[in-house]
Amino acid sequence: MQANVGRGEPVDRGTSMNRRVVITGMGWVTPLGHDIEEVWRRLLAGESGIAPTTIFDARTFPTRFAAEVKNFDLRRFLGPHYEQHRTCSRNSGFALAAAEMAWRDASLDGAAGLRPERVGVYLGSGEGPIDFDNFVAAAIAGWKPEQRALDAIRWAQVAKQRLTAVMEFEQEPNCAAGHLACRFNAQGPNFNTLTACAASTQALGEAASLIRRGDADVMISGGAHSMIHPLGVTGFNRLTALSTRNDECATASRPFDRTRDGFVLGEGAGILILEELEFARRRGARILAEIIGYGSTADAFRVTDMHEDGRGAIAAMRGALADAGVGPEEIDYISAHGTGTEENDKIETLAIKVVFGEYARRVPISSVKSMLGHLIAGAGAVELITCVLAIRDGIVPPTINYREPDPNCDLDYVPNQARRVPVRTCLSNSFGFGGQNDTLIVRALS
Amino acid sequence: MNPRRVVITGLGPVTPIGVGVAAFWNGLLEKRSGIRRLQAFDPSYFSSQIGGEIDGINIGDYVPKSYRKAAKIMARDIVLAVVAAHQAVRDAGLRTRCLLERGEADGEPNVDSTRFGANIGAGLICADLPELAEALSGAVEDGRFSFARWGAEAMNNLTPLWLLKFLPNMLACHVTIVHDAQGPSNTITCGEASSHLAIGEAFRTITRGAADVCICGGAESKDNPMALLRQELGQRLSRRNETPAQACRPFATGRDGTVISEGGGLVILEELGHALARGARIYAELVGFGAGHDAYIAAQPGPPHPEGRGLRVAMQKALDEAGIAPAQVDLVASCACGLEAHDRAEAAAIRSVLGPRTEDVPVMNVKAGLGNNGAGSGAIDFIAAVLAVHAGVIPPAFNSNPVDPACGLTLPVDGPRALPVTTAISTAYALGGGQNAALVIRKFSA
Repeated sequence: MQANVGRGEPVDRGTSMNRRVVITGMGWVTPLGHDIEEVWRRLLAGESGIAPTTIFDARTFPTRFAAEVKNFDLRRFLGPHYEQHRTCSRNSGFALAAAEMAWRDASLDGAAGLRPERVGVYLGSGEGPIDFDNFVAAAIAGWKPEQRALDAIRWAQVAKQRLTAVMEFEQEPNCAAGHLACRFNAQGPNFNTLTACAASTQALGEAASLIRRGDADVMISGGAHSMIHPLGVTGFNRLTALSTRNDECATASRPFDRTRDGFVLGEGAGILILEELEFARRRGARILAEIIGYGSTADAFRVTDMHEDGRGAIAAMRGALADAGVGPEEIDYISAHGTGTEENDKIETLAIKVVFGEYARRVPISSVKSMLGHLIAGAGAVELITCVLAIRDGIVPPTINYREPDPNCDLDYVPNQARRVPVRTCLSNSFGFGGQNDTLIVRALS
Repeated sequence: MNPRRVVITGLGPVTPIGVGVAAFWNGLLEKRSGIRRLQAFDPSYFSSQIGGEIDGINIGDYVPKSYRKAAKIMARDIVLAVVAAHQAVRDAGLRTRCLLERGEADGEPNVDSTRFGANIGAGLICADLPELAEALSGAVEDGRFSFARWGAEAMNNLTPLWLLKFLPNMLACHVTIVHDAQGPSNTITCGEASSHLAIGEAFRTITRGAADVCICGGAESKDNPMALLRQELGQRLSRRNETPAQACRPFATGRDGTVISEGGGLVILEELGHALARGARIYAELVGFGAGHDAYIAAQPGPPHPEGRGLRVAMQKALDEAGIAPAQVDLVASCACGLEAHDRAEAAAIRSVLGPRTEDVPVMNVKAGLGNNGAGSGAIDFIAAVLAVHAGVIPPAFNSNPVDPACGLTLPVDGPRALPVTTAISTAYALGGGQNAALVIRKFSA
C-alpha cells in the first residue's frame, strides 16, 4: 500500500494492485452525542462537550473537568444482543454501540456475498478502566508503611475477596475487538493496536492495508477509549499534559491558541466500515469516501517529547501523500492532531509547513478536540469521520476557543466558525505519546 | 506471488531458560525448565505459586550508556523488550545506533533508519504495585481512601513520568529510540496472539514496500501479584506447586492449567535483497501469515471455540498464501498452554487443517519449561520454530506424556529428534478475547 518513499522505486502492490478501499458506514459515541448527524450539527455549530467531571470525585484534582459521554445506555443500541455483552467494559460498550450504528449505516445485515472469514476487525481500543475502589482497598491493605513494602499475602487476601474475573478480564485491550467479532460473526483477521493517541488512525490504516492486500473484504475498524478515571487523570496530571482551567472549562481546550495550556480528556468511540470497492459495488452499497493513503512512522527520539523538527510527523504525512499518489496541493482540509498542548500544536504546525510549503498558509486546518476533548486511542477514528462528513457536505468544522494567535502557530485553523469550502480530499493526523505518528488520506470516490 | 520476499535474519529470545539464541536453543535441547517457586514476591496466598523467572538482567548491558537513566521509567515488560531487541539486532549483524554507541559494532549503520520499522506485541502492563500502593496509602483518612486527599496532595508522590512506565506502546517506543528505527511502528495488544500478529503485520509492511527491515515480536511479564491474581481468577493456572518443572503439561492427560512467566522475543525480518546485499545469515523465509477470530463467546473470561474455528481460519489462510499443501507441512510449532479446553481446540484446528497428514507431522511445544508470559510467548514459540527449521532438529516436548488421546496429535516426546524440516507452521491464540494467528516459514533457498 505504501510507496517506497523517496526511493524512486516502483511500488509493488503484488496481487492487490487494483483493490481499492472505501468507507460504507460510520458510527460514533462522543461527548456531544451518539448520532452521526446530531453530533455533526453540533460540531459545525461550535459546541463544547466539556464540563465538570462527574465519573469520579475530581474536585481536588489539578484538572476537574473532562469531555464525558452522557446518557449512554448500551442496551438501547444492542437490543436483543445486549445480554451477551452486558459485562463488557466502558470502552468496549462505546465500541459496540458505534459499531452497531456503522454496521446498520452500511446496510450489512444479511448482505449478499458476506463470508464470515472475510470480515475482520481492527481496533485501536484502550484498556478498560480499572476496578478502582476494590483495587485501592487491596493496595492499601497490602501496604506496610513501617517496612515500606507490599505484603503480597495481605494484598492477595483482600484482592481475592474483592476483585472479580469479569472486571479484570474485560479490561484487556483486545476485548472490544473480540466483542465486535462476536456481535457481527467476523471470523477474519482481528487486531487491536494501542499506540496511545495514534491508535485508531493506525488501526484504520492497517485495516485498509489488509483489505488492499486481499486478507479481507470488509473490516470493522476504528477505536474506543475512556481514560476519565482516577488513575488516568492522575497519570496525565502528573505529566502536566492536561489543561487546568477549572474556572472556564468549556473554553479550556484551545488548540493552536497562544493561551493553550494542555489537552482535555474525552472519551468515546468511532467505528467505520471499510470495504473493498468492488465488493461494495456488487452489493449496491452507498459509498461515502475512499481511503487512499496511509503513513506510519516513529520519532525514535524521546519518550517524553516529540522530535523538535517534527521529523516523524513530516515523514508520516509524506508517506501518506506518496501512498495516495497525490500532491500536497490536492489536500483540501487537514484534520489536525491539534491537542492543545504547547508542544504538539507548535510542532504539528511546523511539520505541516515543511510538507505543504507555501500552500500550508492556504489549506484549512482544524482540531475538533477543541469541542470533543481528546479521545486518546479513539480520537483518530472520530476525526476521520468528521473528514468524511466534510467531504459529503462541503463544510469543515471549526477550531473553537481560538482567540489569540501564537506566532508559532500561524496557519489557518478555521477559527470559531465552520466554513463552507469544496472538500474532495482530506488528510488526518494522529501522533501518539512516545513518538508514534500516523496519517490517513481520504477522498471522495471518483 | 510477492516479488518482495521476506527472510528472518536475527533472533532475540529472552526466556527463563536463557537469553539469546545459543542459551535458549541449548536449553530447549537439554529439556531445561525455567519454572520454579516465584521469587519476585511471596506467592503463598495464591493457589498457583510457581512461574518462569529470568535472573540477572542488567539493563545497562543492553542500551547505550547515555540511555541508562531511562531505565527508571521502564516497567519489566519494557526491559524485556529492550533486551530482546539488543539480542536480535546483534544476532542479525545490524549496526544500529545502540550497538555503535556501545562499541559492539564498528563503522557506519547498515540499515537506513527511515526504512527500519518496529511492530511489538504488548500486554496490559501492570502498575508497579508497591510504588502505587505507597502513594495511595498517602490518601488514607480514617482508614479509608479519600479522593480529596489524593487529588490535592497524595498523587504528587508518584513520579511525573509515572504513566509512561505502563503504556503498552512504550516497548516499541524505547526500542525504536535505542536502535533508531524511524519506519512504521505499531503495538499489538491481543494477548498470546500479539507476537504472531505483530510479526505477520511486519511481514506485510515489508512486502508492500513501506520498510526494508522490521524488528518485531513481543514481550510481557506476568510475574507480579496483579497478573497472577488475574490468571487465578480466570482459573487458568496449574496447582502443582511441589513439582514446578512438571506443572505445565501441554497436550498431556492430567494437565491442570498453565504457568505464568516473563519473557519475550524479537526477530529481525528483512527484505531478501537487503539481506543478500549485506551478506546476512538467513535463518528461514517467512512465506505465509493468516489471522482469524473464534467469533464464539464475547463475555470474558470465556472458553475458546471448541473446534478452534478462528485458528483453523488463520492456519488455512497462512498455508494458502504460502502456496503450501497440508502434505508439505513438516512441523507444527504449537501454542499449547496446557489448558484442557484450549489444547483441545488447538488440536482440533490442527487436525482439521492437516487432515490425514496429522498423524505424520510432529507437533512441538516449548511452554512446559517456559510457562506462558502472554504477549511475548508467541515470539518465543516462533523463534523455536525458526531454529528447528534452521538446524533440522526438533526439540523434545516434555511433560506431554501420556498424550491426551482427545487431541489426536503426534508429539516429539522423545528427542531431540533430527529431522529435515523444510516447512513449519507456528500457531498462536489469545487465551481470552478470541484472536488467532499463524505464520508459515520455509527453509531458505534462493
